[in-house]
Amino acid sequence: MSDIVKPFGVMVEKEFSDHVRSWRFIILVALVLLTSTGSIYTILLVIRQHPAQLSAHSTYLFLKLFTKSINSLPPFISLIGFLGPLVGISLGFDAVNSERDKGTLGRILSQPIPRDYFINSKFIGALAVIFILIFTLGLLVLGLGILYIGLTPSVGEFLRIIIFLFLTCIYIAFWLNLGITFSILFRQASTSALSTLAIWLFFTVFYSMLIKFIAGAMFYNPVAVHNLTLSLSRFNPNFLYNELTTVLLTPSIRSLGALSFSQVSGTIPSTLPLGQSLLLVWPDITALLAATLICFGLSYVLFMRQEIRA
Amino acid sequence: MPEPLIDIKELTKDYGENRAVDHLNLSIGKGEIFGLLGPNGAGKTTIILTLLGLSEPTSGTITVKGFNATSEPLKVKKITGYLPDEVGFRDNSTGRESLIYTALLNGIPHKEAAELADELLEIVDLSEVGSKKTKTYSKGMKQRLGLADVLMKRPEIIILDEPTVGIDPKGIIDFLDLIRDLSKNRGITVLLSSHLLHQVQIICDRVGILVEGQLRAVGNIKDLAKQLFDHEETSITVEVKPITEEMIQKLTEDERIKDIQEERDTIILKGSKNLVPDISKTIIESGGDLYRISCKEYGLDEIYHHYFKD
Repeated sequence: MSDIVKPFGVMVEKEFSDHVRSWRFIILVALVLLTSTGSIYTILLVIRQHPAQLSAHSTYLFLKLFTKSINSLPPFISLIGFLGPLVGISLGFDAVNSERDKGTLGRILSQPIPRDYFINSKFIGALAVIFILIFTLGLLVLGLGILYIGLTPSVGEFLRIIIFLFLTCIYIAFWLNLGITFSILFRQASTSALSTLAIWLFFTVFYSMLIKFIAGAMFYNPVAVHNLTLSLSRFNPNFLYNELTTVLLTPSIRSLGALSFSQVSGTIPSTLPLGQSLLLVWPDITALLAATLICFGLSYVLFMRQEIRA
Repeated sequence: MPEPLIDIKELTKDYGENRAVDHLNLSIGKGEIFGLLGPNGAGKTTIILTLLGLSEPTSGTITVKGFNATSEPLKVKKITGYLPDEVGFRDNSTGRESLIYTALLNGIPHKEAAELADELLEIVDLSEVGSKKTKTYSKGMKQRLGLADVLMKRPEIIILDEPTVGIDPKGIIDFLDLIRDLSKNRGITVLLSSHLLHQVQIICDRVGILVEGQLRAVGNIKDLAKQLFDHEETSITVEVKPITEEMIQKLTEDERIKDIQEERDTIILKGSKNLVPDISKTIIESGGDLYRISCKEYGLDEIYHHYFKD
């Protein structure tokens, strides 16, 4: 190890270790682990004992570990889609206001470090935690599958899973950044936690109801209603994530919208290669990345402009 | 005065409509202990934050050792230690770890930092609790740890914002002695803000009285008192037995004495200090036994009230 100390690295390391050691994080990880183990375990049992229940042709068996739901237990992707934002929010909602509250903010910022190191280290530290958590979880599922089934995944399957895990991290980072933004806006940690959760609830539960209502009120034509609902839905990060993970992990999905008879006629009901699946959800991926970056940019600007004094 | 280490020129800071600091000029020399006095909201913290480059002035400049605090904050923060009024530490770290963390942010290698931390813990008398979590510390201990924290970067200037709020009287005296010793032994320049006069009186070489963002007076306390009260009336208390009619009569005849009040064994007079010999002569000539004669001394309290009443 060299003698040169890099303050930014030190700060990220501190963030990381603080997160990992906090009770809040341990509880959340326990929750994620328990639910996903339950989901995966049932699927593995079924694969072993009644493989016919899963599907007639058993291509992409490993992807089914992530997407199939059996005995009313939600599939792995829904679980992560549901619990992931909670992990992100819990890592971010008190990032800045708790430091301000404890009186550590002024002390840290009076050290000879650029001001943005503070907010960047908050983001990078939490992001590292998320990446490690999600990849560990995903690879654990994969490993468990290999052990239990006795087959190895194909390269295509493996790549799909890796991309899925990566995008999951980006999705969680979106909620992390939203949490950090609110932690700058509100002085009280409870206020920022509640407002972030409120936005999350709005998008997971109420948003789809709202746009159905709006679209239904505007058009009679069911096709028009469907199109408008779909376009409006894509403003919802939750919807984007669900759409892209479903497409990515279900190669048999060939289109996101409705297909006409002329388009379908003559097609062979086969699966899409990885590149084509990615192409299908490329706009979703771009939108999700953009949302995450915009959110981070917002928190960055807010933090840099905010007065330090309480 | 030697070359000023801190030079504030025409500093103005507005918060919206509110002017927190108004065309302020101030120079502080090397090795000096300067007390910034003022009621809450007078602009003390604003000046300090601007000095550290944590807040941008509306107009005017601050230079610290020749570095502009607004455009070169890192160079200023490298040599300046800052103890905020509500100092805090991360709950999960021990006192020693907190100090080392600060050193790392200042680019001091770990090994050296650990030695320095032990040395400073010794100085602030926290060696025994150095390896305990900071959340178990009392307010006074946190404050002392804060001082050690400030010294970790081996500063040339330390800035203490309301350093004695919330510490018990014994703790305050010890703390101020510590600051005084550090300043004298290591040649550190100290800028101290407070609204508590007596503490400032104990250790400061010079004080500045800040009201509504303007410096009303600068100088050492004796000079300030002299400037203000030398020609003014003071109250003279005389303890005499017995008090006779004749005595009062004679004193009343003296035109220089403004007001006479009798209270059992004491007479309270209003007049200037140089009347004391004449008064004592009058009393003895009138056959009274003089037990005590004293003038009210003007301290910081009176100076303070003089400026703050208007």
